[in-house]
Amino acid sequence: MSRSATSSKTVGLAIRRRFLASEALRGFSLLSPTLLAMVFGLAMPLLVLFTLSFWLQDYVDFIKTFSWKNYSDFFAKPIYGMILIKSIKISGMVTLATVLLAYPMAYFIAFRIKANKLVWLILITVPFWTSYLLRVFAWKVMLGYNGVVNSGLKSIGLISEPLEFLLYNPTAVTLTLAHAWAAFAILPIYVSLEKIDRSLLEAARDLGENAFMTFVRVTLPLSMPGVIAASLLVFIPTVGDYVTPSLVGGPSGIMIGNIIQSMFGKAFNWPLGAAISVMVMLTVTAMVCVFLWGTHRFRRRVA
Amino acid sequence: MSDAIISFQGVSKHFGSVKAVEDASFDIQRGEFFSLLGPSGCGKTTLLRMVAGFEIPSAGEIMIDGQPMSATPPNHRPVNMVFQNYAIFPHLDVRNNIAFGMRKAGLTRAELDKRIDEALELIKLPGYGKRGAEELSGGQRQRVALARALIKQPKVLLLDEPLGALDKKLREQMQIELRQLQQQIGITFLFVTHDQEEALTLSDRIAVMSEGAVIEIASPAQLYESPGSRFVADFIGSMNFFEGEVTSSTGNTMTVQTGALGTVSVSDSRAQMTSGQKAWVAIRPEKMQPVFSDPGTGINTVTGTMGPSAYLGDRSHFYVHLPQREEPALVALQNLERSMNHLHKPNQTVWLQWTSDAVVVLPRD
Repeated sequence: MSRSATSSKTVGLAIRRRFLASEALRGFSLLSPTLLAMVFGLAMPLLVLFTLSFWLQDYVDFIKTFSWKNYSDFFAKPIYGMILIKSIKISGMVTLATVLLAYPMAYFIAFRIKANKLVWLILITVPFWTSYLLRVFAWKVMLGYNGVVNSGLKSIGLISEPLEFLLYNPTAVTLTLAHAWAAFAILPIYVSLEKIDRSLLEAARDLGENAFMTFVRVTLPLSMPGVIAASLLVFIPTVGDYVTPSLVGGPSGIMIGNIIQSMFGKAFNWPLGAAISVMVMLTVTAMVCVFLWGTHRFRRRVA
Repeated sequence: MSDAIISFQGVSKHFGSVKAVEDASFDIQRGEFFSLLGPSGCGKTTLLRMVAGFEIPSAGEIMIDGQPMSATPPNHRPVNMVFQNYAIFPHLDVRNNIAFGMRKAGLTRAELDKRIDEALELIKLPGYGKRGAEELSGGQRQRVALARALIKQPKVLLLDEPLGALDKKLREQMQIELRQLQQQIGITFLFVTHDQEEALTLSDRIAVMSEGAVIEIASPAQLYESPGSRFVADFIGSMNFFEGEVTSSTGNTMTVQTGALGTVSVSDSRAQMTSGQKAWVAIRPEKMQPVFSDPGTGINTVTGTMGPSAYLGDRSHFYVHLPQREEPALVALQNLERSMNHLHKPNQTVWLQWTSDAVVVLPRD
């Protein structure tokens, strides 16, 4: 064997050894495809958006000098802030409704279903087999002027004229979004409930608590990680949703996503749209922080 | 039997076609350390869970302190349980785990704090109150589970194989502590275990169970020295069984003719057997004395050759091949001197001797 072959083999072994010895190195190499996708697919666009928010629109061109004008516009015109607050209110309602509806479902699958849990979990994802748009349209059909609800109520004689408050308002948006995001709330709650050691529930009963107090003092606090995950999974994406409000929201159900969309579309003011997006991001981040802090305190207090 | 704290009255539990417990009727006395002992699947845990209220008997009734319990949910029963995996609440620290059951006790904050401090003192973990569940070792978790149950001052403490997950040294230490604790506080303990040594060490009385039925209830010494059936004799400790037939029975002494041991003379006041009856002659390994020169007597002596042996430190086990028996007899010998282990040589001729008091005679059918 030649000298160079031996030495290259030694170097190869050294690299191998270093690779196997370093936990971090192995971790990064495992992560690298995702990491690359995250950097180019998420961090880069965010950077672009952030930069854009400090530029100005001049018809079809950008004025590429640093300016706070978009942000001062955001605060100068109350409409943006109002719509952002309304979006947060709607998303908050959606989150509350989704988690409240998802919890019993997740509880049922985790505690009451003994066999074929997988079948039930698959059944939950069945709505996702159709497109999101189609499901929103389905709600339009349900709630519309001559929709399922109205014609149904009319045929049994409860109403003579169709109800007009069903569609094109924040309630319709809340209802549609809550339905659309249900599975995202059920699954994390189910996972956290499933993980709870059943003997803990027996221990609580044994120590004198009834079924309801066992739920309050053991099941609920132990499933909080799932509830928090579900809340974030529903709240964060729905704040910026624009498909549902534009289809079932009407003028009163407009959300901040619709404003951003129009800035990048008809209104054609990309920098202002970028600035509004950044403001939404900051607000959501702040809200999530407050939420996490609040649930942390809640868990300590229940304990 | 007026002072029974728990009374099982014809209790059965069926899961579908599986008979987990079949017609259990016995009493547990106030202040007793009572063990349910049996192989896994014998129904001992089901019986315990029925006392706790997690299972409802299919038939029969469980009385706790004179009250029928069938319609009482677990949270209203005057018993508390130490679970097999301890079931320490992971979201609570040690203090709050111990205080969990005291919400409705009507104590002021200061009184409760005092009670928790006493409980921590009792389980020898003072200063551990603020620790989280995940910061505790197995033995500490077990103590917290004990304190959490005992602070409720139950009429009976139920323990479901609480020492099973601990290593041997810690288990032996906890056995002693558990026994001391029970004598100190005087509460009735109902203890479930599959470990016969553990049951012998801890219990005042033991119920041996098999396949859902209670086979025998007796004190540890009685179960070990005078078992009532072949199952119990076999399940508790090691035992050599020899087939035989009673040839004479007068008063407390009996003569049994066996193939492998020849004529065996027995003095067993419990055995009520008549001449001509088929019998098992059962002798514990440590009750057979090996002798390495011919003792010259034929009664309660047998000649054999040394087979394989196992050195266990404090004692040695060795097998002795007997001429008329396929299975070798197990003999245990205390290693009283350091050099004794070298005495045992394979294929050496050995005489085994026993006293007539060492033998248990059981009916054989």
